[in-house]
Amino acid sequence: MQIRSAPDLKDCDVTDRDVYLGRRRFLAAASSLLLPVPAMAAPAGDAPTPFEAVSTYNNFYEFGTGKDDPARTAPGRLITRPWSVAVGGECARPGRIGLEDLLKPHRPEERIYRLRCVEGWSMVVPWTGVPLAAVLPRFEPTSRARFVEFTTLADPRQMPGLRAGVLDWPYVEGLRLDEAMHPLTLLATGLYGRDLPAQNGAPLRLVVPWKYGFKSIKSIVSIRFVETMPTSSWMKANPREYGFYSNVNPQVDHPRWSQATERRIGEFRRRDTLMFNGYADQVAGLYAGMDLKADF
Amino acid sequence: MRRGLKPLVFAACLLPLAWLAGRFWLDDLGVNPVETVNRFLGDWSLRFLLLALAVTPLRRLAGWPALARLRRMLGLFAFFHVCLHLASYVGLDLFFDWQALWRDVVKRRYITLGMLCFLLLVPLAATSTDAMIRRLGGRRWRALHRLVYPAGLLAVAHFWMMVKADIREPLAYALVLAGLLGWRAVRAAGTARQRMSLHSADIGS
Repeated sequence: MQIRSAPDLKDCDVTDRDVYLGRRRFLAAASSLLLPVPAMAAPAGDAPTPFEAVSTYNNFYEFGTGKDDPARTAPGRLITRPWSVAVGGECARPGRIGLEDLLKPHRPEERIYRLRCVEGWSMVVPWTGVPLAAVLPRFEPTSRARFVEFTTLADPRQMPGLRAGVLDWPYVEGLRLDEAMHPLTLLATGLYGRDLPAQNGAPLRLVVPWKYGFKSIKSIVSIRFVETMPTSSWMKANPREYGFYSNVNPQVDHPRWSQATERRIGEFRRRDTLMFNGYADQVAGLYAGMDLKADF
Repeated sequence: MRRGLKPLVFAACLLPLAWLAGRFWLDDLGVNPVETVNRFLGDWSLRFLLLALAVTPLRRLAGWPALARLRRMLGLFAFFHVCLHLASYVGLDLFFDWQALWRDVVKRRYITLGMLCFLLLVPLAATSTDAMIRRLGGRRWRALHRLVYPAGLLAVAHFWMMVKADIREPLAYALVLAGLLGWRAVRAAGTARQRMSLHSADIGS
C-alpha cells in the first residue's frame, strides 16, 4: 500500500490534542443544545482524564486483578475481529448478530461521562458509541422482558485472568429495561475518538454513567431480555456488598469503605461524590419511591 | 563477615524506600500515586513484620545464631514502614481530615484492625532500646514483646479485609505468618511437655 503524505504538512501542524478535544467539547456542547441529552458536554471542573490514564488504569479481572494488568495482557491477546453478539430471551427477533450489523443503522455519538469506580476513584472519559435505547428495540422485546442481562466473553485462551477463580465467570451484569432504555445509557465502541483499547472492553461495552463502574460491562458477547432480575457476578461474589442497582450514592456506603468522597485520577485532594454521579436530574425519576439504602 | 552483616542488612532494608523515591523522582508512580504509595508502604510494613518474625525460627532451624542480632533492626524497620504507611493514609489519602479518619477508624473494620496493629507496635518500638530492656527486665520485656504475634495477625487481617475479591496475595502472607507462629506454638508445646515430664520425674524421685 502506498502511503501518500502531503509534503507541506509537518508534525507540528497536527492539531494539538487539547485544541482538538476543545473542538470536540465545543461540538458536544453545541449539539447538546439541539438534543435532549444534557450530559454530552463535560461540565466545568470535569476535564477529560488523559488517554494514557484511561487506558492504563483498568479493572478488567479477566486480564488480571492488578490495575495495570489489563493494559499489559489484553492488547494482542483479545481478538475483537470478527465479533458477534448473541441476542436472546424475551424478544421476537433473537439471533447472533455481527458487530458491524449491530452498529450499522446507528450514527455514533460522543459522550463525555464521569466514571465512578466503587473503589473510590473516578475519571472523565470521552466515549464514542450508540445509545442502547436505539439498539434494543430492533430485537422487539416482548411484554415479558423486564430486565436486560449482559455477558462478557470468557475465553481462557484469550483471558489469562480466568484461571484464577476470583469471580464466577463469565462476568454477568444487568439493568432494568427502563435503565437500559434511558438516553444516557451508551453502548460504547470507542474512546478519545479511536476504537476501544482491548483493556477498556473492546470492541463493545456498556457505559452507565450514574452507576458504579463495574455495571458498565466490557467486551459484551451476549444480550438477553429476561423477566426476572439477573444476578450479576459481583452480587454472586458478595451479596452483602454489591446490589443489583449499584447506583453511585454518597449516602450509602460500601460496607467496608465510605462512598462520600472520591479521588479523581490526576487530582490530589479527594472530591465529594455526587448523587447518581452528578446525573440525578436525568435519572432520579427511575428510582422514585424506592428505598436506595435497601435497593443498593 | 559477621561484622559486616548488620550494616549490609540495614542498607538492604532501605532499598524499598529508595526504589519508591526513585519512582517518585522519575514521575513513575502510576496514574493514582496516592494509592501506589500507600499500598507500597503497607506491603513493606507487612513484609518487614514477617521478616522480623522469621528471625527466631530461622536462627534455630539454620543454626545461625548471628541472625539474632538482626531481629531488633528488622522489627524497627517494620515499625518505621507502618508509621510511613499510616502517615500516607492520614496525610496523602485523607489530607488530614481528622473527622474522616475517626469515622473510618470506628466504622471500617479493616481500618480499626490496622490502627489496633499500630497501637500494639508502639510500646514494642518504645521499649526496643537496651536501657528499656534492662529497666523492664528480661522476663517482662519478653512477655511484652509477645504482642508482636497479635500484631502480625492484625496486619494480615487488615490486608485481607481490604481486598475486593482476589485474596491470593493476603492468603500468601497468612500462610507465611501461620508457619512462623505455628513453629513457635509447636515448640512451646514441646517445651511445656518437657517441663511436665521433668516435673513428674522430680516428684517421683
